[in-house]
Amino acid sequence: MSVSPIDGFAAGLTSETRNAVYKSTKTTHEKRTKLLFDHFPDANRLREIAGEIKQHVIENLDTYLPEVEKKLQANGVQVHWAATAEDANQAVLDIMRKRNATKIVKAKTMVSEETELTHFLEKNGVECLETDLGEFIVQIDHDHPSHIVRPIIHKSRRQVAESFEKNGLGKYNDDPNVITQRARVFLRQKYLEADVGLTGANFVVAETGRLVLVTNEGNSRFCLAATRCHIAMVGIEKILPRDRDLALLLNLLARSATAQQLTVYTEFIKGPRKPTQPDGPDEMHVIFVDNGRIDVLASDCRDILRCIRCGACLNVCPVYRQASGHAYRSVYPGPVGAVLSPLLAKEKFPELADLPKASSLCGACQEVCPVNIPIPDLLLRLRDKNKQAHGPSSGTPPMGAWSILASQPFAWKNALALGGTVNYVPRALMPAPLRKWQDVRTLPPWRGGEFRKWLKNRPSSGKAKS
Amino acid sequence: MAEKSSEFRKGEIMSDARTDMLGRVNKALAILPERAALPDWDAELAIARKLLEERDALEVFQERIKLVNGMAMTSVTELAAYLKKGGWLHGYCDPVLLSVLAPQLGPDFNLSTEFDRTRIDDYAFGITRAAGGIAETGTIILNDTLTSRRLGALTPWVHIAVLPRQLIHRTLTDAVQALGDDTNVIWATGPSKTADIEGILIEGVHGPGVEIALVLD
Repeated sequence: MSVSPIDGFAAGLTSETRNAVYKSTKTTHEKRTKLLFDHFPDANRLREIAGEIKQHVIENLDTYLPEVEKKLQANGVQVHWAATAEDANQAVLDIMRKRNATKIVKAKTMVSEETELTHFLEKNGVECLETDLGEFIVQIDHDHPSHIVRPIIHKSRRQVAESFEKNGLGKYNDDPNVITQRARVFLRQKYLEADVGLTGANFVVAETGRLVLVTNEGNSRFCLAATRCHIAMVGIEKILPRDRDLALLLNLLARSATAQQLTVYTEFIKGPRKPTQPDGPDEMHVIFVDNGRIDVLASDCRDILRCIRCGACLNVCPVYRQASGHAYRSVYPGPVGAVLSPLLAKEKFPELADLPKASSLCGACQEVCPVNIPIPDLLLRLRDKNKQAHGPSSGTPPMGAWSILASQPFAWKNALALGGTVNYVPRALMPAPLRKWQDVRTLPPWRGGEFRKWLKNRPSSGKAKS
Repeated sequence: MAEKSSEFRKGEIMSDARTDMLGRVNKALAILPERAALPDWDAELAIARKLLEERDALEVFQERIKLVNGMAMTSVTELAAYLKKGGWLHGYCDPVLLSVLAPQLGPDFNLSTEFDRTRIDDYAFGITRAAGGIAETGTIILNDTLTSRRLGALTPWVHIAVLPRQLIHRTLTDAVQALGDDTNVIWATGPSKTADIEGILIEGVHGPGVEIALVLD
């Protein structure tokens, strides 16, 4: 039997990378849990309510989108709509051309990763620079991010130092402090030269049209302090109903993403600068991007649109920890990616249909999700979707016989008793599908009926004990 | 004229995209038998009460800002000594603050009330006014009305925010409520940082490596 693509990637990792990914995801996850439960007596309730808020938003996007558009416009923001990745990229280019702008600095945005904006702009003669340190390193390496909030979790400082040297950013030095200072010096000139700053949005509040951005490095703030035009690419699901909901979501986001009480910079933008402020954009655009989201909204997997891109599900996932991000062959890795990536892939769904299967359905992803997305349920729905489309996969034996047995108590009892013979059947004599299934799995010895035996013979004094 | 008509066409395409997207959103949601309601939640839920207890807001603020590697100082003399020790003698200062701070900082300092964006590396520090603070998180709040220059508060290695003590909110929830109408509000919680390379914490990435709240009565 062929190895699944994810297994292939996992096997191809160096032990250095695997250890790095494992260690850092585990540490972040543990700190996140401690911080959340130390600070809030009812931390799970926070997640549930945040989930309800976002579920409410996505199920009412028909009213929220026009509402937020109106508020943004009232704040002096120009609103654009882009159905596809191409349209979104083109909208950015059009805004730039209108201003005769040739340079853009970019703070980290996942939606622009989806649309491959940097590549598109470079092809069209625009100098486009990622300013988040990790994303900048990914850019000069022509690599791909492997984690939603930690783009270069798969790289060692040695590799980073080598690519800095290769790109003329100084002689080899693998001290992270030196690397960071070199990036600081290089990028601050770029911010000042750029005419346009591009960001995403963590939240957009319908009530006020407030756009909220969080970064630790301060790169999005620099984009919005040095340039004259701000373009925000925003997925249509990023809306929150009220300002007050930010208190809940900001508390959850920082703890879930990076195990911080609050991200270093949290910026609330309500339109272009006033003339009294000398720095920052006097022109602001928001591009609402669909790029497959409305199809997700129409599907029974719409709950995934609650996602606030914190990466907590990656950090806790036993599969991600072994396979790292590139194994998911898409912008979104980990459990959220296993749901979202095949859905956003549209007609290329079959190419990523293996992702929902790469899960033991242990449920840890839902347990840590700040918006309580039922990821395991969604994974099952996607497995089913794939099955409906392509028939039973070759790796799984037919379950028809099992379902008959399991629904007839008498048949089940007999099957348990007879099942023991399996222990004595040589593998070569097993039916072909079962043999094939066992190529990559070892069956434990059959112990069917043990529980029933125990239940029947257990001492009856159990109740008196307490 | 030709320019105008192509502009117009572009506008039309845009509005088509809007109609198309909203139409598809409507269709996607029409199949739902009912919509999830917006929950009302108790603001108390998102407050880390344990960090606050019955203590004074300033005391909590000082404790929390330290935990994020920021600093809170309560006198200009203390600030002057710290800056001297770091060798940070030239910086940008909000013109409104100059008359108060310059005499107290003393003659060793060279304060510039102009910020020249072509010479950002000349400023070792930037002194601006804060619009508030958050005790629960050790956060400094800046806004466009009170911050004389966004760049002046961001690009120097040391940022000093002058924070009137009575503007410290107890909780993040209070600070959200007080966001108000300013076009730009930014919360800074400690110095600029990254852990992108091997998870090692480095401070001073794009913004200040030293973030100081100068809390004055």
